Amino acid sequence: MGLENLLLGFQIAVTPFNLFIAVVGITLGTIIGVLPGLGGANGVAILLPLTFTMPPTSAIILLTSIYWGALFGGAITSILFNIPGEPWSVATTFDGYPLAKQGQGGQALTAAFTSSFVGAFFSIVLITFFAPLLAELALKFGPPEFFAIQFLTFSSFVGLGGGNPLKTLVSILLGFILAAVGLDIVTGQLRLTFGFVDLMKGFDFIVAVIGLFGIGEILLSMEEGLSFRSARTGMNLRVVLDTWKVLPRYARTFVRGSVIGFWMGFKPGGATPASFMSYAFAKRFSKHPERFGKGELEGVVAPETAAHAAGVAAMLPMITLGIPGSPTAAVMLGGLIIWGLQPGPMLFKDNPDFVWGLIASMYTGNIIGVLMVLAFVPLFAAILKIPFAILTPVIVVVCAVGSYAVHNSMIDIWYMLVFGVIGYVFKKLDYPLAPLVLALVLGDLAENALRQSLIMSQGSLAIFVTRPIAGAITALAVFFFVLPVLTPWWRRLRGRPVGAPAPRET
Amino acid sequence: MRVADLVTAAFLMLIGGAVIADAVRIGIGWGTDGPKSGFFPFWLGLIMVLMCAAIAIQALVRASRRAFVSRAQLRPVLKVLWPAVAMVVVMQWLGLYVAAAFYTGFSMRWIGRHSWLAVAAVAVGFPLVTFFIFEKWFLVPMPKGPLEAWLGY
Repeated sequence: MGLENLLLGFQIAVTPFNLFIAVVGITLGTIIGVLPGLGGANGVAILLPLTFTMPPTSAIILLTSIYWGALFGGAITSILFNIPGEPWSVATTFDGYPLAKQGQGGQALTAAFTSSFVGAFFSIVLITFFAPLLAELALKFGPPEFFAIQFLTFSSFVGLGGGNPLKTLVSILLGFILAAVGLDIVTGQLRLTFGFVDLMKGFDFIVAVIGLFGIGEILLSMEEGLSFRSARTGMNLRVVLDTWKVLPRYARTFVRGSVIGFWMGFKPGGATPASFMSYAFAKRFSKHPERFGKGELEGVVAPETAAHAAGVAAMLPMITLGIPGSPTAAVMLGGLIIWGLQPGPMLFKDNPDFVWGLIASMYTGNIIGVLMVLAFVPLFAAILKIPFAILTPVIVVVCAVGSYAVHNSMIDIWYMLVFGVIGYVFKKLDYPLAPLVLALVLGDLAENALRQSLIMSQGSLAIFVTRPIAGAITALAVFFFVLPVLTPWWRRLRGRPVGAPAPRET
Repeated sequence: MRVADLVTAAFLMLIGGAVIADAVRIGIGWGTDGPKSGFFPFWLGLIMVLMCAAIAIQALVRASRRAFVSRAQLRPVLKVLWPAVAMVVVMQWLGLYVAAAFYTGFSMRWIGRHSWLAVAAVAVGFPLVTFFIFEKWFLVPMPKGPLEAWLGY
């Protein structure tokens, strides 16, 4: 069915130039994943301006390769330094760092990279088959369905994100409000500018991402006073091959992690809960649950498989529905718009070479990625030996460059600093940042879908309930919204203590 | 944490209030061609004010009394923040590259206490590399100042 399309994609992805782009992207991405304060989302945001002059397919290959690299990079710091570079690699530290301290860092890293690869591959295969079907279905969607899906996207942050649901909701609202600032494209009216000329242009989400995640994260890591004490890498071909001989033992864990990862991952904010869930399942079904947390290889395999499967699955709603599943996917979506492509189901009809080139590049990118990180781990780990007094200004300057490049405007660098401070305060007070960014990206789309729906129904909100597909999605969304209210009540009913909130996605 | 929580909630409520006021000004009802410009922002602002009120009540009832940030924690944060702000101020006149050179050099010498040789090497080398990558290869212009003008860029 999709195979000839996939073949077409490979013809695009496997050109020397695009392979070169993938290698560059993965190298940059892994460096970004290793560095404190730079993660997938803002790494992609900073480098987005560099792609403005590229052909769209090469541009998306560069950005997705950065994303894969950042996912791999997160595992390196988790295992060798006990510092999760990304929230979904927190579970990897539980057994990865003890292994590294026992001198088995090489085994842990090999297991982590291989698991990442397996999880990612599983999701890519599913995307290859599901994406065209989902896009086909989505072609039938009207504005009410799209608004319902966006409603669902944000409700799942509230219901499944863990943490304080009120604060999650406020983050979402703030994102939408920031998106509304400036010119209203429907009526041509200025709003929320309060007479300031600078506010007329509105807030660019790329600048927000760089500030919130980049600068905010640096301030936070400064406060925690991180010091990097590395365990030895201990990587060589021998270790890699020996570990590969052991890994088939964990076949069940691989399958379980991949399925959990994909299932959680195509919903927003899914990667982190997926990694924890996969870890918990692996421990429960293990013959030696007591070894978990002390350096069990399976404890590295489980979360890494799920996290990567989820990270890749987040691309599915982005390319089929035009709704990103993660902040990184949101930045890529912004990229699509800048390159002049219309995100959403029409992409499969109008730009098949772009979509299938992208899907094929997921295969090539992950294969190149796993080989590169296996070969060059010591080099990437050495980056963290650079003193903080050099790293911090370099990261801040790179963030400033990225912010300025979006519109060539100085005010954006100021916004970046302000968003940095907001990010720092919000993170400390447990306001989640990912929904804010997603709302900022989707703001105009969501508002238009809402307006068009209301015009269709002449102002009645019932349109979101009476149309069958929209109604089903809305029902699910409402369920997610009330979930935080129901959960403690349900737990009390079953006599269980109200648990601590799960760690959240950034 | 309680004070910080309350201040943040109050600040967000102010923003919400301003949004509501502006939305009412431009119209929140039904215009000739569907909902007016203020319709969506009005509801966003209203719900935000209500949610922030709930957060404030929550904070009053059960927020921890732990300090939002201790003096010892704040110092390294400010050590990064104010030189960064200074760099952005300087950037308006000297351009990004020169500002970056001063900023990197300052941070290395003041926080890292690196040798002057290392300071000079990184402070000159890093902006140069940035210049070639962005300005030359990818043709992304950055703010420039008198030095670049003197060199003919």
